Amino acid sequence: MDVLGIPTQALFGQLLIGLINGAFYAMMSLGLAVIFGLLNIINFTHGAQYMMGAFCAWFLLERAGIGYWWSLLLAPVIVGATGVVIERTMLSRLYQLDHLYGLLLTFGLALIIQGVFTNYYGSSGQPYRLPEEFAGAFNLGFMFLPKYRAWVIVASLLVCFGTWFVIERTKLGSYLRAATENPALVQAFGVNVPRMITLTYGAGVGLAALAGVMAAPIYSVNPQMGANLIIVVFAVVVIGGMGSILGAILTGFGLGVVEGLTKVFYPEASNTVIFVIMVLVLLVKPAGLFGKER
Amino acid sequence: MPEAAVAETAATAAAGAPLLSVRGLNAWYGESHILHGVDFDVAAGEVVTLLGRNGAGKTTTLRSIMGMVPRREGSILFEGEETVRLASNRIARRGIAYCPEERGIFASLDVDENLLLPPVVREGGLTVSQIFELFPNLQERRRSQGTKLSGGEQQMLAIGRILRTGARLLLLDEPTEGLAPVIVQQIGRTIAKLKVQGFTILLVEQNFRFAATVADRHYVIEHGRVADMIRNADLDANMDKLHDYLGV
Ligand SMILES: Nc1ncnc2c1ncn2[C@@H]1O[C@H](COP(=O)(O)OP(=O)(O)OP(=O)(O)O)[C@@H](O)[C@H]1O
Ligand SMILES: [Mg+2]
Repeated sequence: MDVLGIPTQALFGQLLIGLINGAFYAMMSLGLAVIFGLLNIINFTHGAQYMMGAFCAWFLLERAGIGYWWSLLLAPVIVGATGVVIERTMLSRLYQLDHLYGLLLTFGLALIIQGVFTNYYGSSGQPYRLPEEFAGAFNLGFMFLPKYRAWVIVASLLVCFGTWFVIERTKLGSYLRAATENPALVQAFGVNVPRMITLTYGAGVGLAALAGVMAAPIYSVNPQMGANLIIVVFAVVVIGGMGSILGAILTGFGLGVVEGLTKVFYPEASNTVIFVIMVLVLLVKPAGLFGKER
Repeated sequence: MPEAAVAETAATAAAGAPLLSVRGLNAWYGESHILHGVDFDVAAGEVVTLLGRNGAGKTTTLRSIMGMVPRREGSILFEGEETVRLASNRIARRGIAYCPEERGIFASLDVDENLLLPPVVREGGLTVSQIFELFPNLQERRRSQGTKLSGGEQQMLAIGRILRTGARLLLLDEPTEGLAPVIVQQIGRTIAKLKVQGFTILLVEQNFRFAATVADRHYVIEHGRVADMIRNADLDANMDKLHDYLGV
């Protein structure tokens, strides 16, 4: 069977890869959007924190025999806690200043973290054993869908929906949205806004770490894994528009799929297509597809 | 402050501790020194206004009480306890609520969410249905985006949402600014009802004709100080003086 001269097997294969990448783009840009909304900081450490999530899962497995499922819970909490420390000791000093300072600080931190991990583990990857439950694949008739990849897509959709739900439909979310608009007033109503900001940064970092754990069995666990991803994720965020939760999710999945399809129809452009789209969107809608002009 | 007013302020203080007592309050925005030793008292159950020209420091006084200015010094006793060094969330938890001049309705929240946003800090606040009784317009708009309401409705929402919290002292910054006369009257009736229910209200006003209909006493703020205190009963006798102060 062919579609436009392309074997369906290849087409669906790339579509699946696109969806998987999109799942990571979505989870990563979601965390960035949440952090930017409340802290006004573009968290360049996000890629390094994703890498730390993957390494944390690897450590837990290799050193403590703690498996994948526990890692899904523990790694985000541990890496999120490092985020809390970073926010308390460093980021909280920058809120009065221009965006640029937060960006420079988090960028510097990313380089330091990646440097330290490279120093100890080199740049070659560490394999993370796939949990046994995920061995094998579903036969969909037109293609084989590896179980773990199916899980990643479902789990990331759940994570995205859960985050969206918390922010848009709960009381806690209404504090977050209100504090994004006018933190001083929300605090004057009796809400401990500084603590909320700290925990939000921790939660955003935890999301990156969760994505890192989910990535560990697919990509090799290596110190540069986040650096490569974060560049694309920033393009995704620019296209979707900073600060929009739904925008981050839709753009993440959408661009993953576009990238996958480009690999099928015009492989030469597959590494650049997202950046081309970014340029076009910036020309037409500088605030991004879902962003509000500020 | 003239002698008589000082004596009066002292007398309120002697008659039992006032709910709010402000002494020597100084406030700064960066390098600009805005308040230069503000002194006044508000007794429990009173409605007191701060009158004064544009830029006199009325809003800054409310924001200082609420802990929302970058730097403040002096003494602000609420229920006899010092609050001048507390963060604004701690001050709110003591039972003071603030309705800002710009209203501060959140665009990303609907009317219900705006109404339910301020946490309840004490028992004894109004219920949501009591708030809708005061402001029936809001009930029909519960699902609307907060900032899609008219100016008057937004003002009702801004006042309504702080009534739920159980705060006993309400700081209202120019609640009638830019509103149609019928709405101004409705807000006046609301303030009167709240007073009957035992709320204490510190009200900033430009419109002293409105202030005269709701307040027990008026403090005149000039250049970051209290220039005078006038009892509402003595307002007519002091009209010329007041015209001078306010430049109307
Ligand atoms: N955020 C700020 N930064 C610097 N200066 C400020 C700030 N807010 C107010 N000011 C200054 O402080 C002074 C007092 O302002 P304030 O808002 O307290 O006056 P006001 O009496 O409420 O006036 P209005 O009747 O116009 O509301 C003014 O000179 C104003 O320019
Ligand atoms: Mg003012």
